[in-house]
This record gives sequence, structure tokens and C-alpha cells, in this order.
Amino acid sequence: MAEPVITSPHAESKRPFFTEQRRSRFTAYTFISPFFILFSIFGLYPIFFTFYLSFFKWDALGPMKYVGFKNFELITTDPTFWISFSNTLIMGLMGTVPQVMLALLLAVLLHSGMTRFKKTFRILYFMPNITSIVAVTLVFSTLFGNNGMINWLLNGIGLESMAFNSGWWGVKIAISTMVMWRWTGYNAILFLSGLQSIPMDLYESAKIDGANRRQQLFFITLPLLKPFIIFVSLQSTIGALQLFTEPYVFLGQSGTGSTRQEGITMVTYLYSEAFRNGFFGTAAATAVLLFLVTILFSVLNMLISRGGGRQTGGKKA
Amino acid sequence: MSTLRMFRKKPDDPGFFGKLGFYFLLILGALVSIFPFYWMFVVGTNDKGAVFHVPPLLTIGDQFFENFKRVLDKSDFFQALGNSLFVSSMVTISVVFFCTLAGYAFAKYEFPGKNMLFVFVIATLIVPQQLGVLPTYVIMAKLHWIDSFKALIVPAMVNAFGIFWMRQYISSAVPTELIEAGRIDGGGHFRIFWRIAVPVITPAMATLGILNFMTVWNDFFWPLVVLKNKEHFTIQIALQQLFTTRDGLDYGMIMSATFTATLPLLVVFLLFSRWVIAGLTSGAIKS
Repeated sequence: MAEPVITSPHAESKRPFFTEQRRSRFTAYTFISPFFILFSIFGLYPIFFTFYLSFFKWDALGPMKYVGFKNFELITTDPTFWISFSNTLIMGLMGTVPQVMLALLLAVLLHSGMTRFKKTFRILYFMPNITSIVAVTLVFSTLFGNNGMINWLLNGIGLESMAFNSGWWGVKIAISTMVMWRWTGYNAILFLSGLQSIPMDLYESAKIDGANRRQQLFFITLPLLKPFIIFVSLQSTIGALQLFTEPYVFLGQSGTGSTRQEGITMVTYLYSEAFRNGFFGTAAATAVLLFLVTILFSVLNMLISRGGGRQTGGKKA
Repeated sequence: MSTLRMFRKKPDDPGFFGKLGFYFLLILGALVSIFPFYWMFVVGTNDKGAVFHVPPLLTIGDQFFENFKRVLDKSDFFQALGNSLFVSSMVTISVVFFCTLAGYAFAKYEFPGKNMLFVFVIATLIVPQQLGVLPTYVIMAKLHWIDSFKALIVPAMVNAFGIFWMRQYISSAVPTELIEAGRIDGGGHFRIFWRIAVPVITPAMATLGILNFMTVWNDFFWPLVVLKNKEHFTIQIALQQLFTTRDGLDYGMIMSATFTATLPLLVVFLLFSRWVIAGLTSGAIKS
């Protein structure tokens, strides 16, 4: 690290306030200050203000009125909030769990020695992620239309059409599919880089010890991939709880916005409370609850991944 | 690998059929990944009824310009594209500059509170964006920045991920001796950063820039909150507006717009995909 370099020819003679050390510290603080300044204004302050705001009745224009826990009471007695809450969890689960497993499978396939065109596959799998969610949603809303391709395929294999844009399950399936399409490849690439960081000689020595492919997978690959699995599932969980654009765009086709019950999520609820109805207090309370739920699920996620890792891992790596 | 070996089964070898299954799954996955892009183009180049054609239409038509003309009638498409380009470029230039500076300071300087401050930077990554949205909106209103690009640009000018990612790269890529040598030769701090560090870390800066550009370009929530007037819409909002048109959904028009809006990013991605993917994988998780 930058040891104070006191060899500057002027340092001795001038004996200035700015010694070399002070100058270098000052420079460092200057270099990092843009982040801290901007974050204080547009990050930290708003976060604290949200907590404060959740105890007030406010329409963002007039005076604020202290109401205590009334906002929390209001939203927790609002059936729509609970629908948005359960929707978020259901779609989160539907979009995340299969997605992470699929991503893991794809990564293992891509990593296996015999795969050719590895780079091409990586690019193809990553492509969904660069598309905007709005574009993804528009494309999928044609595929999931009443007479759309998915229903055509369902009919083709002898199943009945599903109301993907209005049915309770239909909407959830459609939205979680969009989430999966966008993120599976992305996560597979993350897993792949994790797999590539595992030293090959571990597998060599396991082979000498007579471990077959399955055993190698369960006793070497998965345990060593654990940090990546934790990271990916954590990121996916947090992302799933913040689901907004897909339901908003997908259900917005009637022009009424997306407070439709089949697909309303916590963030859509927050958005419509604040920017449609002008209830900033209850919206802030929703944000606080969303934050608490996020923390809860992150901790839960950590505990599960840790426990799961120990089970499959057997011995500590 | 000779054909003969492909058929001889070793205990470890999945064999010919195993291999076939492998490639089947991989190719299936790849097809699923790219099909929607193709579909976008198919619908965008065919007439209105093409979306719900039975059996599904899979061939490219010749109606693209007809469809796109209706896009131009209904929206300020190119203005929105230009707005997105402007906002994303401004944010990206700023993010790359400030994050590189901060990452450099965290990697190469010693100062009181350094570790604590860095942990703080990382911790901010976990906080969901929505938590601060309402007060941020109020701040924007107070500043009279609602419906202006400042609301999109200023809060995004530097971010924690970028600092983290640049610090990781700089710690390993820029030798401290080089910086010290520069100091001994009497170079100023910024001058050394600019002349010695930056040329070495350009690849990392480029990766950060591309990743950031894509994120800003694709953002929907915040622009939706702060932008009010058609002429300020970013491309994502403009696309969504096309979708809410009341007089029946004109999918040919929507998809011709979506495809045109996706194309620039797709081209950039395909040109720089190696950097993007490398950046993603090395920036995401590292000790």
C-alpha cells in the first residue's frame, strides 16, 4: 500500500501543512467522496426518511400528519396487500427455484470436458439478459396470448388452453416464465465461472480413489460451488421480491395499470399506493415491510444453503 | 477424439447416447434462449394477424417498414432512443470515471477508516432500490428535477458495484511500485492515476462501462416514476406506452419497435460479449 513517500524535493524546505502523508490521505478521501456524497443524498437519507415517513399520513404535497402505526394497520388490513404479498412469494418461488436448478444443470453440462462451442453457448445463454424487461414482456405476452404459441403447443400435446393473461395461475406461470427466461442463462454463466475455479486435480485424485461421476458431483462440485450457489440464490431471491416490470407491463394492456389481482406484487402495490393514489405514508410502510421481508428471506436463504451444503458436502472443504 | 473412442465405454464416459443427450439439452437451451429474438422479428415483419396465426407463423415477412411507420405515428420513437442513448452515456461515463477513482483509492491508498468505508460500500449493495424511492422522488420534486434527465443521471453517477469491481481489478493489475516511482518522480496524485493506472486498467473500465450501459438502458422503474412528458421518455417507457394503446393491440407495430430498440444493444453485446461475460463472472463473486 502506498507508503508515505517523503522524497519530494520540496517537502523539507517548505515545511507545509500538507505533508506527503496528509496530501495522500486527502487525495484518497477526495477520490472516494463522490460516492459518499451522492449516496448520502440519494441513498442513505431517503432510506431513513422512508422509515420516518411510514409513521405519517402524507400525499407528498400538503403537511405531514403523524399517525403512528396506522399505516401498517391500513395495509395489513387491506386484502390487496396480502394478495400482493402472496403473489410475490408464489411467483418468487416459481421463478427462482427451478431457475437456479436449471442454471446449475446448464453450467454442469457446459463445463463437462466434452462440450465444444463453449463460448458460443455462453453467448447464446447470456443473450436473454441483455434484453430489456419491457421487450421480454412484450414478446412473451404474444406467446402467452389466448391464441398464442404456448396455448397452441399445449393443444398440440393434448392439453387445454390456459388463460395466461387473465387466470390466477395463468398470469403467475407466464410471469415466472419471463423471469426464468431472462435469468437462467445469466446464473448458468455465474455457476460456470464457479465450476472453472475448482482445481482439476481434485477430480483427478477422486477418480483415483474410485469416485464415479455422481460422487464427484456431490462430494466435490456442489460443496465447492457453495459460495456461488448462495450468491446466486440470494441475488435471485432479492430480485424476485422486487418483481415489478413484468407484471406492470404484462397486465397493463387494458390501460388500467397493473393493480390487477392476479399479478400484483409488493412493488406494484407500493407503486400504485404512492404514484397512483397519492398515499405516501402507506407506500412507505409497504417499503419498510418489503425491506423486512427481504432481510428475512436473505437470512432464511443463507441458513438453507448452509444446511444444504453440509448435508451434501459431507466433509468440509 | 476418434470415432472409435466415442463408442468404447469407459466407466467415466457417458458414451455416445449420453453425449447425444448432453448436446440435445444444450442446444435446446440455446434455442429457447434465442427464439424470442427471432419471434420478435417474425411478428415485426408480418401483418397484424400474424401473432395469432394457427399454426404459428415462423417465417419472416415483408411488412417491417409498414409496421414501423405506425410506430413513428404513435410515438417519438427516435427521440426516445436518443434520450436513452444520452442518459445511458452520461451515466456510464460518470460511473466509469468516479468508480475507477474510488476503486483506485481503496486499492492503492492507506487512510484512516479505509476498511470500514469499504465495508460500508459493499453493504449498500444489499439494500433494495425501492426502499428509498419515495423520498428520492420528493427530493427530485423539491429540486424541480421531475421530468428531467437530471433525475435519471445524477443519482446514478457512481455506484457501489463499480467501486467494488474496480478495486478488485486495480489491486491485482496495478503494481504499487509503479505508483511509488511516479510519486518519486514528482507526479501529482491525479496525474499518476490518469497516466499510469488508467492505461493499465482500461479493459476493466470498458467492462464496467458496458455492464452499466446495459443496466441504465434497460431500467424501467425509476424512469417510469420521474418522467412525465412524452418528449422525455426513454425507450423502455416509449415501448410500454405502445403496449397500452387502447385501440386494439397492434403487435406488428409493437414488435417492429421492440426489435429496433433491442437491436443496438444486441449488436454492442455481440461485439463485446467476451468482455461482458468475463466482467460479469469476475466482478460478481470474488473473495
